[in-house]
Amino acid sequence: MNQDIIKIRWHGRGGQGAITAAKIVANAAFVSGFSGVVMAPTFGTERRGAPVLTSLQISRQKIYDLSPITQPDMVVVLDHLIIEEVDVTAGLKSGGLVIINSTEKPEFFDFKNMTVATADVTHIAANAGLPRGIVNTGIIGAFAKASGLIGMDILTRAIEDEFTGKHPEKNSLAARATYEKTLVGGK
Amino acid sequence: MHIIESGNVAAASGVKLARVQVIAAYPITPQTPLTERLSEFVDSGEMDAEYIPVESEHSALAVCIAAASTGARAFTATSANGLLYMNEQLHWAAGARLPIVMCVVNRGIGAPWTVWNDHQDAISQRDTGWIQLYCADHQQIIDTVLKAFYLAETVSVPVMVCYDGYILSHTYMPFDVPDQAAVDKFLPPFTPAYALTPGQPANLNTVTLPDIRPDVRGNMAPGYMEIRQNLHADMRDAIDVLADVNKKFETVFGRNGDPYIESYQCEDAEFVAICLGSLSYHLRDVVDILRSQNISVGVMGLRLYRPFPDQAIIDALSGRKGVIVFEKALSYGNQGALYGDIKAALYPAAARPVIHNYILGLGGREIKTDQLVEALKNSCTQADAIGDAPQWIGLKL
Repeated sequence: MNQDIIKIRWHGRGGQGAITAAKIVANAAFVSGFSGVVMAPTFGTERRGAPVLTSLQISRQKIYDLSPITQPDMVVVLDHLIIEEVDVTAGLKSGGLVIINSTEKPEFFDFKNMTVATADVTHIAANAGLPRGIVNTGIIGAFAKASGLIGMDILTRAIEDEFTGKHPEKNSLAARATYEKTLVGGK
Repeated sequence: MHIIESGNVAAASGVKLARVQVIAAYPITPQTPLTERLSEFVDSGEMDAEYIPVESEHSALAVCIAAASTGARAFTATSANGLLYMNEQLHWAAGARLPIVMCVVNRGIGAPWTVWNDHQDAISQRDTGWIQLYCADHQQIIDTVLKAFYLAETVSVPVMVCYDGYILSHTYMPFDVPDQAAVDKFLPPFTPAYALTPGQPANLNTVTLPDIRPDVRGNMAPGYMEIRQNLHADMRDAIDVLADVNKKFETVFGRNGDPYIESYQCEDAEFVAICLGSLSYHLRDVVDILRSQNISVGVMGLRLYRPFPDQAIIDALSGRKGVIVFEKALSYGNQGALYGDIKAALYPAAARPVIHNYILGLGGREIKTDQLVEALKNSCTQADAIGDAPQWIGLKL
């Protein structure tokens, strides 16, 4: 318990690849020296298209409590429409970070005492050559820019390792291009 | 090499490294991704094994029994009602002394249906003659699968490797996947004392009479009761054999720990919490919180449940002020099965501690840290005031 754990909750839709995104960040975090990494998808009855969430905890030490996180430090939202269906900031710590795939600027979102970061991942990823709607690698670039937790070079490698044989370069390009275009708002 | 993967993939990686020759399985949540991964290994040629899809869990174990009877290294995996459907074959595999290894991805039992975690499935099969090992994280899952084959083949008793459904099976964390060369050094190919071959047909495990009688060669053969006593004696020997297996594992892989009980903050602890599976790791955080409030408490995770390591339990718990048993299973109408086992083990102990029983997490009911803190703190501060009947954590009546 006497340890610093960074807790990140990922919101997406079933089939959108939020789990894969969290897994890529988990791998990159481990390579960056976070020896404690735990990624836990929600358990139960996922359906394609329905809102799903995945929790990722990273720490410099081994993590022993595998319970689902209730008070994240940051949340990542792969589809801005989920905000209308799910309270994505539930339990989010004051001053926490909300990273959203959206065409809007951060100021558009009214989350009290939170930092909002946005990027039009859907558009950027399509420009990188990915089929339209594939956003789970692009959003990693927004996460990297807004959180500053893990370097883009390590994340690029983690993305390409995950997508060996499935457009590794296009996926990592989507992340790097999103990194450049992510807007981070004030508190 | 370290990878970040799910507990099911940790198990599948261990099965692949163990060079298992026959896999027969039927899918059931939360075990399914484990056997799916194995079928992919076989399909891609990464694993030189026969993968036999079957129409039920009963058939899955029947196939493993047949395969092991011919001297093949056999593996299956299941959960919950799938394990119960195997029940008759579980007894058969143990009675036939076949060293099959099975992962039990622990899940609550229906009715009513639940897909979530507790330990009622494996605990309800504790008297089938199988060895039961429990894991607390992914490293223990892959390592325990490897040790399980060595142990099973040394004592000719089948082994269940139990790990928590979802909490471990579907959660991703880093673990080390050992080199094939190191595994081959640790685990030699299976060489059975007897193997059925087409050239020498035989009837195995035919009817035995109540008394002993001469076999076809005129030698006095053991009867049913001698065969049962022999299984029991070899199960008891398995306790020591597991320690040897652990030592050999440590020599090859450089990691291990106590074969029976994994302890945290227990050296000077007046009170000790004890349980099976990943909950013992969650309780480490609880112990840290209570230690910061000057409560002298530690936690033990029991890694071997059958055969029951009673001497290790006595050595670990005799002389403590209190022992608190946390369980995700229940012997209905009595108490937690582990609680009963620990109480029985401590009966001859020189200094018997006060002992409490908490039932929690059935059917995946969330186990909250603050609930554990409250329960453990109550047990440590009012040890004599709490009765013998099991108490429920997180019950919403």
